[in-house]
Amino acid sequence: MSLFDAFDFSGILARWPELAWGAFTTLWIAVAAMIGGLAIGAAAAWAGLSRHRAVRLVPAVYVEAIRNTPFLVQAYVLYFGLPAIGMRLTSYPAALLSLSIYAGAYAAEILRAGIEAVPGGQVEAARSLGLSRIATLRLVVLRQALAAMYPALVSQFVLVMLASSLVSAIAVPELTAAANDIQGQTFRSFEAFMVVAALYLALTALVRTGLAGLERRVCAFRFVGAR
Amino acid sequence: MFQTFGWGHVEFLVAALQWTAALAGMAMLGGALGGLLMVVLRLSRLRVLRGTARAVTYVVQGTPLLVQLFLAYFGAAQAGLQVPPLLAAALAFTLWASAFLGEIWRGAIEGVPTGQREAGLALGLRPGQVMRRIVLPQAVRPAIPPTVGFLVQLVKNTAIASIIGFRELTRAGQIVANVTFHPMAVFLVVALLYFALCYPLSLIARRLERRLGGPRPLAGPITV
Repeated sequence: MSLFDAFDFSGILARWPELAWGAFTTLWIAVAAMIGGLAIGAAAAWAGLSRHRAVRLVPAVYVEAIRNTPFLVQAYVLYFGLPAIGMRLTSYPAALLSLSIYAGAYAAEILRAGIEAVPGGQVEAARSLGLSRIATLRLVVLRQALAAMYPALVSQFVLVMLASSLVSAIAVPELTAAANDIQGQTFRSFEAFMVVAALYLALTALVRTGLAGLERRVCAFRFVGAR
Repeated sequence: MFQTFGWGHVEFLVAALQWTAALAGMAMLGGALGGLLMVVLRLSRLRVLRGTARAVTYVVQGTPLLVQLFLAYFGAAQAGLQVPPLLAAALAFTLWASAFLGEIWRGAIEGVPTGQREAGLALGLRPGQVMRRIVLPQAVRPAIPPTVGFLVQLVKNTAIASIIGFRELTRAGQIVANVTFHPMAVFLVVALLYFALCYPLSLIARRLERRLGGPRPLAGPITV
């Protein structure tokens, strides 16, 4: 008997619609959480630039609290904790909220580092050339900051997508939950998780190559004159 | 009847913290050995070995840790081995840590300026001597801060082992939440305990980063 006779993938592959739907759910949850995370991260980074110490303290506490506790526990606080104090959250909102809050703590650092990467002289040069404050921010600071932090944001997106597998523990029917469902019914757990691991690999490869292709457009000026 | 959330429960959670630490410690030890192996493979002269290490890293870093954990736990069960959750978790976390530590350390080794290696070779040292006496000693310093930082990730991620039923801190939290019906208070205490373990490590990593991570000074003025 060869090694491959021991494996039976037919039962898993027959459930491809569930797997495809799970992969789609994983992808859109990750996209939504990344957008939410960028919004929260931008707010945190902005508050971190405040002149008032008390205002600066808020994002600092947020970032440290989120980065030093497990995401799973954060999701449990929202999903199991909030209903107990009278705020009912179903699994999708709980998943999106917790993933966004989690992503935001990492995005805040990336955004801050990105803006700091733009030399102060650039702002002074733009202002003395007569560009308005808004134009300076838009054309000089943000554009270069985006280019500086683009690779980190891509890695962050992949990490959020992989972390989203944990929302299967709060009853969101995404890719890992689909695998769990299928293995529970077919008793082919190894095969089920092998297939799902391959699907995650395909998703991360897709995201990485897709976003790398987009980099040339988003950071077009970086490639001007480049050979 | 429901119990009220009290000191007894907090003590139960603190006791569970030692299983979190035990799992993290096992994974860190296993991951250090595995990571060393990955570095050796990545720097090997044989293409097959380099390719294998790269493929392992790519797969581990491109799939969720939870799926890797399920593969170890349910996969072993399907093969007829009744593996206790701790063993399955230690195995999965070791593989995961090996891939990440391997990447961190390889980065530190490759960060040593090529001129150092070339100078060693030019002085007549053998490649093995160059690695042991010139490259590795200089790679240790920059490797320390990210390694400590990774330990924080490792401690946090042991929470995932609760999903396969390993009774560490998060699983203990679920048990207490179920009997007291105070999930908010319970999971906040759980989060606080993780924070108490991770935050000092984060601070150490940051301090080391400041002290060791910056550009290394040159060996001193060059005198002829």
